[in-house]
Amino acid sequence: MTRILGPVSSRRSIRGSRRRSVLTVVAVLLALVWAFPVYWMINSAFLDKVTLQSSTPTFLPFGGSFDNFATVFGDAGFVRALGISLAVTLVTVAAAIVIAFLGALAISRFRFRGRRSFILALLLIQMLPAEGLFIAQYKMMSSVGLLNNVLGLALLYTAAVVPFTVWMLRGFVAGVPVELEEAAMVDGLSRTKAFLRITFPLLAPGLVASGVYAFLQAWNEFTVALVVMTEEQSRTLPLWLRGFVQASATRETDWGQVMAASTVVAVPVIIFFLVVQGRMSNGLVGGAVKG
Amino acid sequence: MTSTATAPPETAPAPEPTAPARPARRHTPAWLVLPSLVLLVAALGYPVGWQVVTSFQHFGMMQQFGQPPEWVGLANYASLVTDPELWVIVGRSIAFCLVCALSTVAIGLGLALLMGAVSRAGRLVLQVALLLAWAMPVVASMTVWTWIVNWRNGLLNWALERVGVDAQGHNWLVEPLSFLVVAAVIVVWMSVPFVALSIYAGLTQLSPEVLEAAEIDGAGGWKRLRHIILPLVAPVISIVLLLQLIWDLRVFTQIKLLQDAGGVANETHLLGTYIYQLGTGAGDFGMASAVSILMLLLTVAVSWYYVRSLMKEES
Repeated sequence: MTRILGPVSSRRSIRGSRRRSVLTVVAVLLALVWAFPVYWMINSAFLDKVTLQSSTPTFLPFGGSFDNFATVFGDAGFVRALGISLAVTLVTVAAAIVIAFLGALAISRFRFRGRRSFILALLLIQMLPAEGLFIAQYKMMSSVGLLNNVLGLALLYTAAVVPFTVWMLRGFVAGVPVELEEAAMVDGLSRTKAFLRITFPLLAPGLVASGVYAFLQAWNEFTVALVVMTEEQSRTLPLWLRGFVQASATRETDWGQVMAASTVVAVPVIIFFLVVQGRMSNGLVGGAVKG
Repeated sequence: MTSTATAPPETAPAPEPTAPARPARRHTPAWLVLPSLVLLVAALGYPVGWQVVTSFQHFGMMQQFGQPPEWVGLANYASLVTDPELWVIVGRSIAFCLVCALSTVAIGLGLALLMGAVSRAGRLVLQVALLLAWAMPVVASMTVWTWIVNWRNGLLNWALERVGVDAQGHNWLVEPLSFLVVAAVIVVWMSVPFVALSIYAGLTQLSPEVLEAAEIDGAGGWKRLRHIILPLVAPVISIVLLLQLIWDLRVFTQIKLLQDAGGVANETHLLGTYIYQLGTGAGDFGMASAVSILMLLLTVAVSWYYVRSLMKEES
């Protein structure tokens, strides 16, 4: 690891190391600022209503219980929302990977008329705010009878993630030299076989990264779901969480339950994200910077 | 975490595709692009078109029930331009966006430099904390934050009491200004991790030799920062700044959920929530479309320069 600001040579190492320990303390304090809300959510999830209502906060979940989680899992709406979120997410991930892969193949392996316009369109669409489109998307979905429909929502999500996944996959496709494929063809494989046996395995990391990107987007998305999933029976998890908070607010919010609900929604995502984030941020800024 | 912002996975330049070997393959790219095109036109192109058309129509509650919309030309835009409320909201959105984006990038840069200066353990702790905050789903984050700023028994008021501020029972979400400050703090908290980790990734790409040479030449920490480090990571900083500007202009979920939590909606609208309220709330789709078009134009204006420079690289 490169030290960037500390003295590079050992000339001033004593002064340097003291400065470094001070900075390390600052870094740890700042780390607390960013981690604290996450901790606070999990901590409160274990505490009961009476404890949370007292005038002094409880910082450690001693004497806590899993009661709040039991309430959340017992909520019929939760199970239904979990099912809907899973369905929407799976359809989105599968569709996005296939469609984006084909698109990436086209722009990185072929020169064709309209290629530039296609790339320009991808870039521009990436900038379009869903918030500027949701009224029209709502009208469109309602006119074709796809409001409150899992496939309808997945269609909108796929369209939202495809531009970026094409962009990301394109880097991976371009990274596999055509010569490899050609060599395999010289050795007697058909073009399709050469592609399936040589290129495809090399692309696996890229496909996984795009799949995870699509997963996180579809799983966490709130705005579009709010607009097109208007009925209570078709809520996705984020909508259910919002509904749960609102329902709790009508009878003096039970923050323990609400935090347990948030934890249940958040923890799987956090774990998934931590596992793959290196690849993701790579694609995110990499694709954007290098183009 | 060794991922880099300046050296993406694409290490080899895109190979010049060879001329099609057989004429039959001439149509291959068309077939490959077709699914994306169909999808994007159906899910995004059509709505944009509908929105442009509707922004020239009167499309209210009656049209919801099947009456044909009535063409009104530029009337929607005219009433927008002359509507002082809209300009207040546009101004508020732009101010909110600038404050959030600039503070996010400034704090992110600070944290990135800090990560470069501290011990390995310190850096690891900071990185993990940032990743945790980054990974939180936005609805879950908002729920925790509304609990922290809750007026009755939230942590914020308790902590302020400790340090001698009389904040007991103070509701931060009732005043528009303090509502927006709370929203800005949350938005910045959510966005800093991406910025800090991206800039840090850019920093790790700097060659130690260059830094060492600068030090031997007598450049102190500050001089090295200004003349060597910042110019070298400038490309990363400008791209994350652009992304932040776009993302903070379209902020919706955070405002909507804070409004749910007891904020006064009318005086805290930003563009996103205003469009939502016009459309699904008041049923005035013509006006909502006109405001949406305005928002799209603002976004395109912000990103135009960047897209152009990328396209230049492309050709």
